[in-house]
Amino acid sequence: MSETALWLTILGAGFGTWLLRLSFIETWQWLSVPPLLDRALRYVPAAVMAALVVPALVRPESVVDLSPDNLRLLAGIVAALVAWLTRNVLLTLAVGMGVLWALQGLG
Amino acid sequence: MATRREVFGAGITSVLPMLPGIAPFGVIAGLTAIGTGLSTTQAMVTSGLIFAGASQLAMLQLIADGAIPAVILLTVMTVNLRFAMYSASLAPHFQHLGRGWRFPLAYLLVDQNYATSIQRFLHGGPDGRVHGHWFYLGGGVTLWLTWQTSTAVGVFMGANVPSGLSLDFAIPLVFMVLLVPALRDRAHVIAAVTGGLVATLAADMPLHLGIVAGALSGIAAGMMSDPRTDQDRDS
Repeated sequence: MSETALWLTILGAGFGTWLLRLSFIETWQWLSVPPLLDRALRYVPAAVMAALVVPALVRPESVVDLSPDNLRLLAGIVAALVAWLTRNVLLTLAVGMGVLWALQGLG
Repeated sequence: MATRREVFGAGITSVLPMLPGIAPFGVIAGLTAIGTGLSTTQAMVTSGLIFAGASQLAMLQLIADGAIPAVILLTVMTVNLRFAMYSASLAPHFQHLGRGWRFPLAYLLVDQNYATSIQRFLHGGPDGRVHGHWFYLGGGVTLWLTWQTSTAVGVFMGANVPSGLSLDFAIPLVFMVLLVPALRDRAHVIAAVTGGLVATLAADMPLHLGIVAGALSGIAAGMMSDPRTDQDRDS
């Protein structure tokens, strides 16, 4: 990507994100939130985060790999347990990275 | 009655327990930006303007993969759709303010600030609404400073971190911690499973639209498996 395109992408992403944040704060007086949109928006966090996590674990090398040779999947499963039990970012990072490095060291 | 200064201070205090979770996320965002080839200025402007970690990391991943700008923007907007939901929820509490307040307050809207402020506005009793925007401002400024500082730490570490440490693996690890509280009931789990599955299967789609496809399918699956109407809007 050219420098200009990269700058425009960063500026556009920033401005677009601000518009999403401002959306209903600004329009609330004359526009109620459509019920269908309200329902849809509730599922955004679950759907988006899973769409970011799952491919990173099951296809680390651009091919779906569910075998025990996929170290990122193994480390990810352990880290998911930690995330589930503690909801702690630091601990999940430490355990996930630690398990991955240990497995890479063994391999 | 509490003064503005006291309410502003209470806003700062309300987000303090969340800072240890945000700081490493910010460091990763800074590190990844440099690793993706952004300049120091570009990396800091990214955090300064977007101020939303998950979408920043998704953007960097797509830049690294060579996606076109339109797809990158679409993905960032999809990842950040939840801000529209927060915006709708906070809107009634900001209507007495002019644009000089509303525009900057909107800019400071992030998950943590939303969570503590809406809790105070809805359940804090009569006191919870006095100077409410000062409470929100206190939390927002604190989170903003933490995010920019931790990004800067990552940016300046960036050049000195040896490659081969698989540090990009930190990105899905952070998203996992954000995913867990979102799995509130069966419908949300179905949304997540569908989103993850479709994003994986669509990862080879042209134009790198996998995240967008996964997110939209997940949202649709969640809505279809939830027969409720909007009675539980505030639940």
